[in-house]
Amino acid sequence: MNWEEDEEKLLPSQRPEWSDVSPLPQDDGPNPVVPIAYKPEFAETMDYFRAVYRADERSPRALQLTHQAILLNPGNYTVWHFRRLILETLSKDLQQELDYVSKIAEKNSKNYQIWHHRRWLAEKLGPDAAGRELKFTEKILSGDAKNYHAWSHRQWVLQSLGGWDDELEYCHQLLEEDIFNNSAWNQRYFIITKSPLLGGLQAMRESEVKYTVAAILANPENESPWRYLRGLYKDDPKSWIHDPQVSTLCLKVLTSSGTNHVFALSTVLDLLSHGLQPSRELREAVDTLNPNSSSTKDSLGNTICSVLEHADAMRVNYWRWRKSQLIV
Amino acid sequence: MEGEGTATGRQRRATASQLDQWTVQDQVFKIYGAFASIPRSAQSVILELQRDKHVEYLTRGLQQLGPSFVVLDAKCVLLPSSFDLGFATGSCTQLLYLGNQLTMNWRIMPSTFLAVVRIQMVAMGVDQGRQVAETFALYWIGRRMVAVLWLLMYLFSYSRFFVFRCLILQQRMLQSILLSLWADIKRCRQLIGGQDNLYKFLSRMKDSSGAFRMHDAGEIDVRACYTAISVASILNILDDELAKGVGNYILSCQTYEGGIAGEPGSEAHGGYTFCGLAAMVLINQANSLDLASLIDWVAFRQGVECGFQGRTNKLVDGCYSFWQGGVFALLQRLPAFGGEGFGTSDVEVEWVSDSTSEGDDEDRDSSDDNEALHPEPDQEGHQSSSHSPESSTAVHIHHSRHNQLEPLFHTMALQQYIVLCSQEQEGGFRDKPGKARDYYHTCYCLSGLSVCQYSRSKNENSPPLPTSVLGPYSNLLEPIHPLYNVVSRQYHDAREFFSKY
Repeated sequence: MNWEEDEEKLLPSQRPEWSDVSPLPQDDGPNPVVPIAYKPEFAETMDYFRAVYRADERSPRALQLTHQAILLNPGNYTVWHFRRLILETLSKDLQQELDYVSKIAEKNSKNYQIWHHRRWLAEKLGPDAAGRELKFTEKILSGDAKNYHAWSHRQWVLQSLGGWDDELEYCHQLLEEDIFNNSAWNQRYFIITKSPLLGGLQAMRESEVKYTVAAILANPENESPWRYLRGLYKDDPKSWIHDPQVSTLCLKVLTSSGTNHVFALSTVLDLLSHGLQPSRELREAVDTLNPNSSSTKDSLGNTICSVLEHADAMRVNYWRWRKSQLIV
Repeated sequence: MEGEGTATGRQRRATASQLDQWTVQDQVFKIYGAFASIPRSAQSVILELQRDKHVEYLTRGLQQLGPSFVVLDAKCVLLPSSFDLGFATGSCTQLLYLGNQLTMNWRIMPSTFLAVVRIQMVAMGVDQGRQVAETFALYWIGRRMVAVLWLLMYLFSYSRFFVFRCLILQQRMLQSILLSLWADIKRCRQLIGGQDNLYKFLSRMKDSSGAFRMHDAGEIDVRACYTAISVASILNILDDELAKGVGNYILSCQTYEGGIAGEPGSEAHGGYTFCGLAAMVLINQANSLDLASLIDWVAFRQGVECGFQGRTNKLVDGCYSFWQGGVFALLQRLPAFGGEGFGTSDVEVEWVSDSTSEGDDEDRDSSDDNEALHPEPDQEGHQSSSHSPESSTAVHIHHSRHNQLEPLFHTMALQQYIVLCSQEQEGGFRDKPGKARDYYHTCYCLSGLSVCQYSRSKNENSPPLPTSVLGPYSNLLEPIHPLYNVVSRQYHDAREFFSKY
């Protein structure tokens, strides 16, 4: 399909090859209310589309027409659906179709239909398409490192078509560029839990904890690694509360001044609710942060909640609720 | 991400996330700072909901949609875009009208409904290959039938009014509305076909995993599950067959962070978290989720800007006022949290006096309802999180059973963001300062605002206390049903209508 030709944008009614087709107007019902004021080109293109769709005509000219319709409205899923049917019937080259979709995606990187179409194509092409798809998502992510569709697609490619080899490294690069990129942290979690080349969560935990602790110490105000750390012990709270690295980390953060303590406090609170026996140093560190020195009789959990009610005032209601949930 | 880093952290070059965040923070704090510096009387004006302007904006959209609406490219589209628009414009107009204010604008109501359906059908381009989301249009049709009855009631009860008006004009309007309604009722019958066709359609959209597809051979995700389940529910055709496996799928979408993603493995996201939780509630499996970590995640989505972000370390956005705020509304009603559930009981419950004694505590963190929650800059000129809203200075009395009417997020702060940062004085709402308004954000900001206002109400029949409403009490909106994001009253009407089908 030649892009230069498409630029001409001759309407179907102006093309001799469409003379045998009667366009099908939109059925707005007897009393249209709030009609969209379609431009004539749009209305006409869609009228012809409706005609070939109804007739289920899977021809080259119909394929071309879907392209016109897509240009006018890339969100019309019926058009995309029909395009797929035509591609199959005509046994079109799907790599070329990927070229086509890539071009359309340039201006529409957040369009569900385009990504879905890509997924369909890649699935048909099989494992050979993996490299190209990873490259494509990488390109999108270089412009928008958190594009949700791109990440979903990338995960689908890895799971369905493979290509895991460099993924952890890629993730690491993204985190080097922006340690606050939560999508990259999420991807990291995906890799360590799902990659067939790694040993799974438990096997990876040791090295991942080290990695995460370093990230936290560099930016204790960064929520992402805190949640990631918690995630490393998913379904295994016993390991979590018994891992000295975790409480040591919290203590370190709590005793450094000029630091955001919220996540450290919150983590200790969670640890306590799972049975952590807090050290004296931990207690002291929390007490130091407590403006109300009178409440020394309170449990550590209570104290933490009180501190957070002031230090994290946006969530005052949440911390009060947490306090009410504490098993004294 | 707010707050000072360690020395090492500060020395490093700021990342893209940090730069983006600080830019938005600065803009938002400028607004709050300016607000705090003007006299009280001027503040009251700024805090007003520009009801008339919003209605004007919405009505213009309903009457004529320009050619650009073929694409309906609201930037934050979560649900299918055409659905958004119809839903948005319909919902908003609903929300803005309380009871008897309707009389002066009665003609908007039916056309709202019609518009919603119209936009749905028309924007789909062709009516084949329906999206699951299209079916939302159907219950809107149902609502309309009730709207006509309601309309007639008004006409009769306010007949004195109409003596002074041109009766012929009224009749003609009514006629055309009824005619188009009839045509749509027929179409509705076709589509629903005694609900067999629609049920079959939904069944066909069901995947072997238990999840639902958005359309034939379409994408599978949590949105589609919510769309299918919620529509089936309101049309009273939700059964074990449709619900089978959905719970497990949604469960597999809850991430290590606590929120819910669109697909298994993806990132926790506000929109999907709402859809996932709502769907689980509808099939009675909310308790299978790790609710503690879900609550923790969503509570932390409210940032220093006072509004909600959609994902960790991303930017605040007005539409998440509903997606994230609505999660709290759902949680509050779960029996596990002492809520009364989501039954269709219309039992009138008075605002009981014993809750107002607890109300002393409730109101403390909203005692500054008309004051700006004014941030203070830290040494570096970047706002830290510790400045946040002036929290209650009173000692919280610890009850053995937490007052379940207390919302778990900061409702006044969120209202502040919506009214001061998202609201446009000329009508409509936007994502954040600097972005353009659109119908999608108008809808979800208003829905979020309603959630805030009713966050302490025992049920939708008890009007909120003034301390729950930021700004003048006239800012009060209609209550929405948090599971469907439709005006509560309409939900009950539709439910009743379809239960008889």
